Amino acid sequence: MATQHQTLGQLVVRRLLLGVVLLLLISLIIFAGTELLPGDVAQSILGQSATPEAVRNLRLEMGLDRPAAERYLSWLSNILQGDLGTSLSSGRDIGDMIGDRLGNTLFLASSAAIIAVPLAVFLGLIAVLHRNGIVDKIISISTISMISLPEFFIGYLLILLVAVQLNWLPSSSIVYNSMSFAERLQAIALPCITLTLVCLAHMMRMTRAAILNVMSSAYIETAQLKGLSPFRVIFHHAFPNAISPIITVIVLNLAYLVVGVVVVEIIYVYPGMGQLLVDHVTNRDVPVVQAVGLIFAAIYILLNMFADIMAIVANPRLRHPK
Amino acid sequence: MSDSHFLQVSNLEVSASINMPGDKRKKIILVDNISFNLQRGEVIGLIGESGAGKSTIGLAALAFARSGCGITGGSIKINGLDILSLSDREKNKIRGTQVAYVAQSAAAAFNPAHRIGDQVIEVAIQHKLMSKKQALSYANDLYAKLGLPDPENFGRRYPHQVSGGQLQRAMTVMALCAKPDLIIFDEPTTALDVTTQIEVLATIKNAIKDTGVAALYITHDLAVVAQVSDFIMVLRQGKMIEFGTTDAIINHAQQKYTQELVSIRVAEKIEQAQPSVRPLLEINHIDAAYDGSNKVLEDVTLHLHAGQTLSIVGESGSGKSTLARVITGLLSPLQGNIVFQGVELSAELKNRDIEQLRELQMIYQMADVAMNPRHTIGQIIGRPIEFYHGIKGAQQRRETIELLDQIELGEKYIDRYPAELSGGQKQRVCIARALAAKPSLIICDEVTSALDPLVADGILQLLMSLQKEHNYAYLFITHDLATVKAISDSIAVMYQGSLVRFGQKSAVLSPPFDDYTQMLLSSVPEMELGWLERILASRKMQSADH
Repeated sequence: MATQHQTLGQLVVRRLLLGVVLLLLISLIIFAGTELLPGDVAQSILGQSATPEAVRNLRLEMGLDRPAAERYLSWLSNILQGDLGTSLSSGRDIGDMIGDRLGNTLFLASSAAIIAVPLAVFLGLIAVLHRNGIVDKIISISTISMISLPEFFIGYLLILLVAVQLNWLPSSSIVYNSMSFAERLQAIALPCITLTLVCLAHMMRMTRAAILNVMSSAYIETAQLKGLSPFRVIFHHAFPNAISPIITVIVLNLAYLVVGVVVVEIIYVYPGMGQLLVDHVTNRDVPVVQAVGLIFAAIYILLNMFADIMAIVANPRLRHPK
Repeated sequence: MSDSHFLQVSNLEVSASINMPGDKRKKIILVDNISFNLQRGEVIGLIGESGAGKSTIGLAALAFARSGCGITGGSIKINGLDILSLSDREKNKIRGTQVAYVAQSAAAAFNPAHRIGDQVIEVAIQHKLMSKKQALSYANDLYAKLGLPDPENFGRRYPHQVSGGQLQRAMTVMALCAKPDLIIFDEPTTALDVTTQIEVLATIKNAIKDTGVAALYITHDLAVVAQVSDFIMVLRQGKMIEFGTTDAIINHAQQKYTQELVSIRVAEKIEQAQPSVRPLLEINHIDAAYDGSNKVLEDVTLHLHAGQTLSIVGESGSGKSTLARVITGLLSPLQGNIVFQGVELSAELKNRDIEQLRELQMIYQMADVAMNPRHTIGQIIGRPIEFYHGIKGAQQRRETIELLDQIELGEKYIDRYPAELSGGQKQRVCIARALAAKPSLIICDEVTSALDPLVADGILQLLMSLQKEHNYAYLFITHDLATVKAISDSIAVMYQGSLVRFGQKSAVLSPPFDDYTQMLLSSVPEMELGWLERILASRKMQSADH
């Protein structure tokens, strides 16, 4: 009732503010989470053989004796000024460390998205067009089998078939700054295919379900009684009304592509955020883990916010008020 | 092929097949052996109650059957071509271009994601009958002809930006735009208020006359179909009962069923005088709003005596259902109070005691959704007996059976589920549930508007005989003036949240009228040939006078 009186702008601004609040909450949870991790950073840097004196000095130097709330606020204010801190293990600036890695991860994720999203929507439309027929069943069975297999299994299977036996593509995806764009594409081909296969089924099934849900509407019957082709009925009349749930599931999968690549990056030895995270968790390098966690969370929230805003904008009642 | 029989329907059969236990399929015949011919420029009205197969016949003329159904026999020839024998692709070439369809609810039948204009010209463009420019200019002509506001820009609007009556006219434009030979009108005015219905009816009739298109006009309202058709076919349970000219059906019906349809409204209550005692229910200066600022009700003052019926009549948006919500405590008024049996009722439901709740019961429009589908009829009626009176077990069952007898269903229904009952029977169960509380006031919110006329009449007669026997007071909310005339002692007419007229039935329904009541009363279709022309002519004269 109340939402009907709000304008599009108000709704979008409200959603943006909600995103900011969410991000602050996440930063608090990440900070608290790393605080709760067993073991002391100073102790783990110096090793088990360090004297208590040395540990105490290092703690003072790192400011670990200050209360948690104070450390959280200074961490947060540094981040807001663009300073992610320095790595404990290497002493390098975390911003520099992450820069390249984040670029690599986004490159891999967006390559996979460029293939997976149109393919999933297209397969969903085809499945609706031939609903309950043989084509629909083949699409559903094959995509669902892919999602049922764990991604490391698909990854190793592809390495075995494509890289080892057929020798078409390299099995490891190490990239250098000196590589050309084409060489990069070749390097990420296998992880890209793996990611596509993993997230295809979800998006395709959701597209199919969302459109089928709309297909029972009276305006679809109107379109059918206009003698339009089945494809036009589905694409022009059903699809625009199913767009909100489809966008939501696509964006969730995009977020998964960025955040969920950890396993795939490890399999293909790809120098992305996932590998960085895993390496520094083993080293107990808390500032790096916090920074990576926060960036993942920010991407996740941004994408979801984008999905929500798109869903609001997709509603013609809000775009064109009376 | 002679032009005289442009549409020939012979021995049409449409059936649904449903899965039965044990992998068997059972065929249910929806339309049985229907034949008729139609010439250009003629209109046949298809009339019958729900389930009579009217829409199914209409859709069959487009070689279309809803999912789960199929056309299983007979032939439909348009200009000599049997459209049922065509391939899917060829059928699509006929749909929209030669035969067009106007659906019951334009609000649901327009795609909310596209502009009205794009949808209107879609058939002509997609079937390559006109260029976009031609189609747009023809559509603009039609908007103007059908009296839509700002015809040049009307097509640029989205469906939610125009009113229900305008949308229904736009749907007719959409059907006309590709210049079809035949239009199926499927209850095109049923979802509209009476004052809007009359305008849409007039535009549809003129459009048929001007373009010379043939039409099948489907409706359950005989008075409406009498205004637009040349012939009427009366259908019941998929079979043709009677076919004849409109005059023959309305004035000289041969079949008993048709005669019943023509002479509905057996129920008629003789108005009771207002006693001088304090009324049972007093509604004093009620203002109400849903969001604090836009008033939905403004200064409404009414009263109702014990054992009498007060009808609140108005069109959608008049605030009549909001008033019911205020009386039942579901919505707190901004101002004013409700006095019941001489005691002021708390504005909020949670502050009312169980006796007050018991005394004031409600019956809803949609009996289907007002009952728990997983409870038996016995449980549904037994629940208030236990809740308000603490009666359980054998005694509860005895009282439930008594109530079932009162609503003329009987003991055999006690263990059935709502899904096993017809629409009228379900509404009877809802009445029994209200009676189980032994109330003194029952609010009836559009209780007959989802029912077929004959069934509705049965419900009204039941309510009246119960009133005579047990002295219940009814607050009857409805948009249907015929119902109002039949059952009321007093009537309140509402318009846009305010009371326009309130008093004894005889006073409210006799002149001098205020403008709104005059328009409302004169808009109700009468079962009389030429009524539409007569009423439009008299309105024209009136507006010329002013």
